[in-house]
Amino acid sequence: MTLQRRFVRTVAGFGALTIATLLLAPLVGPTSISLRRAFDVSIPFTDNADAQIFFIARLPRTLAGACVGALFASAGVVFQGLLRNPLATPFTLGVSTGAALGAIVAITFNWSIAVAGISAVPVSAFVGSLVAVAIVYALAQARHRGLSTTVLLLAGVTLNAFFSAVILFVQYFASFADTYRTLRWLMGDLDVSSYQPILAALPAAIAALAVFAWLARPLNLLALGPDSAESRGLDVTRAHRAAFLSASLATGAAVSIGGPIGFVGIIIPHLVRLMVGPDHRLVLPAAALFGAAFLVGCDLVARTILAPLELPVGIITAIIGGPFFLWLLIRKR
Amino acid sequence: MAAHQKAVAALLLTLLVLAALPGAPPKRIISLVPNVTEIVYALGAGNRMVGVSSYDTYPPEVTALPKVGALLDPNVERILSLKPDLVVIYGSQQDLKAQLEKAGIGVFSYRHAGLQGITDTIRELGARLDETAAADALAGRIERGLDDVRRRVQGRPRPRTLLVFGHERLSLRGMYVSGGVGFLHDMLGVAGGENVFADVRTESVQATTEQIIARRPDVIVETRASAGAFSPSERDAETRTWNALGSVPAVRNGRIVFLFDDRIVVPGPRIVDGTVALARALHPDAFK
Repeated sequence: MTLQRRFVRTVAGFGALTIATLLLAPLVGPTSISLRRAFDVSIPFTDNADAQIFFIARLPRTLAGACVGALFASAGVVFQGLLRNPLATPFTLGVSTGAALGAIVAITFNWSIAVAGISAVPVSAFVGSLVAVAIVYALAQARHRGLSTTVLLLAGVTLNAFFSAVILFVQYFASFADTYRTLRWLMGDLDVSSYQPILAALPAAIAALAVFAWLARPLNLLALGPDSAESRGLDVTRAHRAAFLSASLATGAAVSIGGPIGFVGIIIPHLVRLMVGPDHRLVLPAAALFGAAFLVGCDLVARTILAPLELPVGIITAIIGGPFFLWLLIRKR
Repeated sequence: MAAHQKAVAALLLTLLVLAALPGAPPKRIISLVPNVTEIVYALGAGNRMVGVSSYDTYPPEVTALPKVGALLDPNVERILSLKPDLVVIYGSQQDLKAQLEKAGIGVFSYRHAGLQGITDTIRELGARLDETAAADALAGRIERGLDDVRRRVQGRPRPRTLLVFGHERLSLRGMYVSGGVGFLHDMLGVAGGENVFADVRTESVQATTEQIIARRPDVIVETRASAGAFSPSERDAETRTWNALGSVPAVRNGRIVFLFDDRIVVPGPRIVDGTVALARALHPDAFK
């Protein structure tokens, strides 16, 4: 089968799954709503609780899940390809810990600034991720021609540890309530309650996904090793830079929407590779689509399984994802 | 057994019995629990306090006392150096309790409970400090005060109320509200409100946007410690944030109240004042 046909088949298959999940998710929730009433335009929107539940609570939440899932999963693919390490995740290089530090500072010091309708926590999470990216990037550039993936990895892991320490330091000054809110932020939450956080993250997300599309072939070549890739005409340094910056941007955007939701960025890439093989031209779009469907599905479980209580979505991704991943490893061996 | 050995044994036995008997009332008290600190002062035993937690601010006298850490970071060395004979700790501080008992220091374990827990704590602590009369008077005053609030709001429609403990600034994310357990839930009942999250049997619930819209509160009360009080412009901005949920009756009717008041959020002797403040917000007509 030609690549083109496999591409169409893959995108159509995973795309259908994602669309089905996106259509189903807003229909289900702890409250039963009347869809006819929700879409009845003769009732003023501010008086229509069903419409408000559908359009203010569920739809943004579903879209947030889709964006975050797609970004984490595809960023995971890129980080694994860049570092040539199957255990790499979007959180390996310190981006998410930088974002966490930003969010936690905003929570602890009760910042009440809003930038274009976006509250302080997501804004400072995104800024935190950019700071982390800048530091890791500068370190990996400093003593090498091009970008050293070894330094990238070491700097990222060290920065993760350092930022975690700073987080604990900031926590020391937080009140109990703020500490609790911080902890809860770290578990991940998709209840965005408006479209603003998604819209704000969209430019970064689209830019990152566009670079990912270009990266598919370079990542295939990098899988052969930098020397082979170079000999086949790939500008390895440029590919490294593009991969690191775009995947970091995607991670920062996703964390600013939903917090550091774990497991999506490592399970989905591996699952997808088991299904479509190692070619990044198939893995990248499949991972983005499947990641979106997976996270929306997990959030659906999170908000209904213990209704009226809700589990943090990060716990669901870990509980569903971990064992499933292990089972798959054993079965496919 | 030689006579002197018998004498020594008898002496030891006497000492043991004496040690087990309730001793003299404590003279040097440290409290790691701010609301219990308030109770100690309200019982007239404030002059026996020698140390408080790093979160204590009330009554103002406590600011002059040494700070010895708090729930998560009690400074045992500091505590021991102040030579207390009673330390008020949280029930969950088991390690600290063991250390203090090993050092022969009395411990009063505080456990968070409902409104009833406040008067219970007052009476228990009163007995421990040999201030039984003061404790009975204080607890009685609180019980009568709460009954008085109940009477004032009796027969009035009970507004469905969302009691908010906190959320992200200028956003409705990370929303924590009162569930159907705890002194704040109890206070809301006394103040003549119906908690919209009464069915969730925990003190604090993370409320989602969907739940808030679906539960349709008539009144939204945002309550925190006094220290976080908003300026009028901040208050307006936070009120506007709620406007996204226009179908919620409280939002539509402009019944969003900010009560940043330690008397409400500290389960201590000032709880009647706090309950009155809450009742006044829910039933302005009853307090004209």
